[in-house]
Amino acid sequence: MIPPLETLRARIKSLESPHLRPVAVLPFGIAPLDACLPGGGLALGALHEIMGGGPDTTYAAAASLFAAGIAARIAGPVLWCLARADLFAPGVAQAGLAADRVIHLEASPEAALLACCEEALHHGGVSVVAEIARLSMTASRRLQLAAERAGRPIIALRRARRSTDATVSGEPTAATTRWRVTSLPSAPLPAPGIGQARWRVELIRCRAGESADIIVEGCDAKGYLALPAVLADRSASPADGILRTAD
Amino acid sequence: MGSSAPPTEAPLVLVGRSNRKRVLLAVDQAARAAGLYPGMDATKARILMPGLTMHDAKTAEDQAGLTRLADWALQRYAPIVAPDPPDGLIIEATGCAHLHGGEEAMLADLRRRLANFGYDSRTAMADHWGAAHALARFGRAPLLVIPPNAAEPALRPLPLAALRLPVATVAGLARLGFERIDDLLAQPRAPLALRFGPALWRRIDQALGCAAEPIEPHRPPEAPQASQTFAEPIGTPAAIAHTIATLVAAVCEQLRTCQIGARGLDLLLHCVDRRCEAIRVGTSAPVRDPTRLVRLLIDKIETIDPGLGIELMQLIATRTEPLAAIQTLSSLAAPPEPDITPLIDLLANRLGPDHIYRIASVASDVPERAIARIAPAGPISHADWPTHWPRPPRLLAHPERIETIAPLPDHPPVTFRWRGVRHRVHCADGPERIFGEWWKRDAELAAVRDYFRVEDETGLRFWIYRAGDGEDASTGSHQWFVHGIFG
Repeated sequence: MIPPLETLRARIKSLESPHLRPVAVLPFGIAPLDACLPGGGLALGALHEIMGGGPDTTYAAAASLFAAGIAARIAGPVLWCLARADLFAPGVAQAGLAADRVIHLEASPEAALLACCEEALHHGGVSVVAEIARLSMTASRRLQLAAERAGRPIIALRRARRSTDATVSGEPTAATTRWRVTSLPSAPLPAPGIGQARWRVELIRCRAGESADIIVEGCDAKGYLALPAVLADRSASPADGILRTAD
Repeated sequence: MGSSAPPTEAPLVLVGRSNRKRVLLAVDQAARAAGLYPGMDATKARILMPGLTMHDAKTAEDQAGLTRLADWALQRYAPIVAPDPPDGLIIEATGCAHLHGGEEAMLADLRRRLANFGYDSRTAMADHWGAAHALARFGRAPLLVIPPNAAEPALRPLPLAALRLPVATVAGLARLGFERIDDLLAQPRAPLALRFGPALWRRIDQALGCAAEPIEPHRPPEAPQASQTFAEPIGTPAAIAHTIATLVAAVCEQLRTCQIGARGLDLLLHCVDRRCEAIRVGTSAPVRDPTRLVRLLIDKIETIDPGLGIELMQLIATRTEPLAAIQTLSSLAAPPEPDITPLIDLLANRLGPDHIYRIASVASDVPERAIARIAPAGPISHADWPTHWPRPPRLLAHPERIETIAPLPDHPPVTFRWRGVRHRVHCADGPERIFGEWWKRDAELAAVRDYFRVEDETGLRFWIYRAGDGEDASTGSHQWFVHGIFG
């Protein structure tokens, strides 16, 4: 028997956006993270916003890999819209997103870039990653609606033009989720060298879901994240949504 | 003339008839240096230079060659091209130059390609046909780009022969003491017009841009095309879109009959005020699906200015390729791969074909050479790079100098300063030694880069390298650079 609350939610949802398909999701495979997301994973037909944290807001390298890892796990081509052509395909390929699947698109100004993203979503069949500095409420709402109709995700990779630029994190948008990915010192190795990359992944905002703050190991060669050994050993129950940094 | 052609250093002239006299119609550089000029009597030339090579001018064949050249320029450069007999080609480059890397680059490319065909050419780009015509033939350099609204000062020092006037008019003006365009501009118009006719001032106005001079676009007769004239001029986007749909349907029908598909379409819109606007779209593969072609053309409607109205629209499939009907495979198991070539065509036409691309791998150890841009739609390239060395997701366009404190010869830096921020290296990995590609340039014979992956205390991971192996100064400057940023 379906609980009455669920039925009510489904009815409200169908009233809100009647064209909405049943929500398909992409789970991360990390229980505490998936538990915070409605449906147990990242909604496919939605706008997701990812920004770099800490000192790296201009290049957002960790956030780029996080986005590449998500795009890698969704079948089909990816349209990667760039303002500056500094995306290095061999590095992205190491996060599981093969170069053959990525179509690079350079567009400026940002209004033209957003128009291209929307066009791509209307056409369908592609996932979109858009590197942008500014995203207004109107623009994000348009992208969100286009993504809902297409059933394909668009990832807005927020890159500040300068490191002092605070607009990236400030303004509200209509994105379904908003993430911040910060590089952390890697796990210490017994020998000299650099261990597996570690990120602090913050789910700052999630529509109809919980926030989360979790430390993960960076994308592997197939685009999957993993819990670091220290955390994986702990009995992290899916119910406690928020994990604080526990080293 | 092929192998029977005379050597280029020997003077060569072409002779034809003008008013029952045999005169020189064209002279080559060697003949010009010897004092011969077009319009000279053939007998006089023969007396001046006894060993002169003379050939009869074949005007009809020249004309046919010029038409072929116009066909070529139409496919390659711009939608509005016209042969300008006897020896010219006029290209309306508005809105096309940026696709060839700018105006100068486009002219340089044009000259280079014509030189490959064996033609020596002079080119000029200006606001108007008249100005470009004059400057290409009488300008200082063989490649001239005149900025907008600067044609008049460039035209002033040119001789009157640059104005496309009858020979008799130029001679008559010379008798009155007028040599250059500059001399005429200060004169009152009426007396000269009375004596030489209205053509004189019309040509001057056309050169200066005061009088309109429409270009009649060249259309290859064999290309599939359709046109529609309007009893009442149209100007609204909806009306233009409707006509586009009609024209595309007609052209696609012709394409289907010939079993070909369009790679490039030109839509010419002739306005009431005798201007001709053009829309050019290209596709990444031959297409004859009307919906796709209509979508591409309609996306560009906003770029045209209908002015007072459009009275004639022509659609020409300028570039075509064979396209046979194929059966689409239907699989029971999996849904078909979504076809994204229409999207790629749409975006490529909107942004320019250089702005949308895929990356393929190149067998090179030097990171910036390991990637190459390829066409976005096409066969799978199987791009593959070695995976045993980590590569950053972001590569700086140019490696940036950093100030470091680093022990030599093969240790990573202890600290470095990049863009004014000091980073203390917490741990590091490396070196990965990359040797120069000696087969490319001599300077790379000994060149070495030692790449390190370093992590600072906040967890930022950089890809830095030292130019040189740390011991031998001939392998590099031993300076440090940031080249990429890891996540």
